[in-house]
Amino acid sequence: MLEDTIYFFYDLVQYFINGLAQGSIYALIALGYTMVYGIIRLINFAHGEFYMIGAFLGFYVVIAGHSLWIAFPVAMIGSGIVAVIVERLVYRPIRSAGRIPALITALGTSLFFQYLGQGVIGAEPKAFPSVINDQTFMFGEIMFTSTQIIIVGVTFVLMLFLWWLVGYTKVGKAMRATSYNREAAELMGINTNRIISITFFIGASLAGAAGVLVGLYYSTIEPMMGLIPGLKAFVAAVLGGIGNIPGAVVGGLILGIAENLVMGFWASTYRDAIAFAILIFILLVKPTGILGKNIKEKV
Amino acid sequence: MDYIAHLTLNTGIFIILAVSLNLINGICGQFSLGHAGFWAVGAYTGAAYSVYMALPVPDFINLFISCIVGFISAAFAGVIIGVPCLRLRGDYLAIATLGFSEIIRIVIVNLDVVGGARGFTNIPNWSNLFWVYSWVVITIIIIANIINSTHGRAIISIREDEIAAESMGIHTFKYKTLAFVIGAGFAGLAGSLFAHAQQFLHPNGFTFLWSVIILLMVILGGLGSITGSIIGAIILTVLPELLRFFGETISQWRMVVYSLLLIILMLARPGGIFGKHELDIKSWFRRSKL
Repeated sequence: MLEDTIYFFYDLVQYFINGLAQGSIYALIALGYTMVYGIIRLINFAHGEFYMIGAFLGFYVVIAGHSLWIAFPVAMIGSGIVAVIVERLVYRPIRSAGRIPALITALGTSLFFQYLGQGVIGAEPKAFPSVINDQTFMFGEIMFTSTQIIIVGVTFVLMLFLWWLVGYTKVGKAMRATSYNREAAELMGINTNRIISITFFIGASLAGAAGVLVGLYYSTIEPMMGLIPGLKAFVAAVLGGIGNIPGAVVGGLILGIAENLVMGFWASTYRDAIAFAILIFILLVKPTGILGKNIKEKV
Repeated sequence: MDYIAHLTLNTGIFIILAVSLNLINGICGQFSLGHAGFWAVGAYTGAAYSVYMALPVPDFINLFISCIVGFISAAFAGVIIGVPCLRLRGDYLAIATLGFSEIIRIVIVNLDVVGGARGFTNIPNWSNLFWVYSWVVITIIIIANIINSTHGRAIISIREDEIAAESMGIHTFKYKTLAFVIGAGFAGLAGSLFAHAQQFLHPNGFTFLWSVIILLMVILGGLGSITGSIIGAIILTVLPELLRFFGETISQWRMVVYSLLLIILMLARPGGIFGKHELDIKSWFRRSKL
């Protein structure tokens, strides 16, 4: 009986560690979602596709024989540039048309990149080369890999960077001002269009980094890989409180851990259902999210 | 000939789906992204009826019962999903309905009674052009009558301005749920017809992508226009088949074309082809006489 209990706790800690690695990836994607939503109130469905583009850019750099230290910046800058182009061509003209047309446009953009990827690269999954020497560490019955440490480490560094950028720089101040009230920010001499472009760039480059990390972790990538993680990252953003940067991290980690617990203790087929169940639950109980502020709707 | 008959049948089913989604999205203004979920509920329950519980009566009566079963079960799913979700607005509602339709699909994958991930086979082939188009006509008549009734005016007022409607004494939650449930029910009916036409169902046939394609039909024709939805459904079922004549490569790029179409349509004409208006053929003749 006692042994069973001990093994139960070993399992619990194990799923917790796996969930932390998975949750870090969700958190990275969710940060971009939350930043874009915070600044222009748009659910950017195409955000998962920026993550896919990052994964493929990283894949081709690694295939060409370069190291991860080159793959990361290329993936981040590449998907950032794609995001800025998309914002300029598609989202900026639609911004004034209202939220539902903007949402539909975002959906269209997401589908466009998915099927363009399928057409250009091919639908079959590609094997991401194992560039790092993957070591396994054991603590009793609990094991974790060096890939998991890299994922959590990279996520942590990028989040610190983002926290510094938003909180302690001029650009960050302009971002906060734009998200608070775009018109007032414009009157104060902030070039809001530029700030929105920068936000898209940063958000998409975080997603691009997440794409490379996922390639390392699961070692397969495919053009459709962005859809489900994109939606789950949105769930994470809503869970933490959309528009709230620490909230996205908290939401991502909770979602990753919850998912791994369900996979471990129940059935792995329900893995995707749990995220949506959490979403619906949080929307009904506290629609502003765990860390979100309650904003009264004015008539 | 068989090919054209099959295409016509599918067009009919998509007309029902598009018109019913139009009731939710276009006429009531509640942005739902989960229509494929209700479609799946109707298809699976309708098919389960005819595989496991079919009565010893002529096929068309069984088809009728199966359609009713599909309607009721999808409408019931609509109540379960609508009552909590319709408290949300705009993009939150869209995501919540999307989430629910994915949950429905995952539950079906895990249900062994209806084949689970292997797919549901041996469904009798009862659908034919006559019954599909009878249901198309019935659907259009019922939804058009709802729109032109007192309840319909209340539903439209919610789309125009929910707060103003509420202050005029309209029970907005009741009417939103009503529109949502009726729309879901007709999607279930289309599902049952679809099951008996395809004779095979697979959970992957009801993914998020299909919700988007049905939405695209509604938007192409114009949110809020029934004739628009019908024409949107016809265009988007016939177009991929036409693209097939231009060779395999163009057919592969179908979804790229669709998504570009969606983006360009939103940029150029956010209201769709007809906007909120109905196609009125009589008015053309009137004008030509003058």
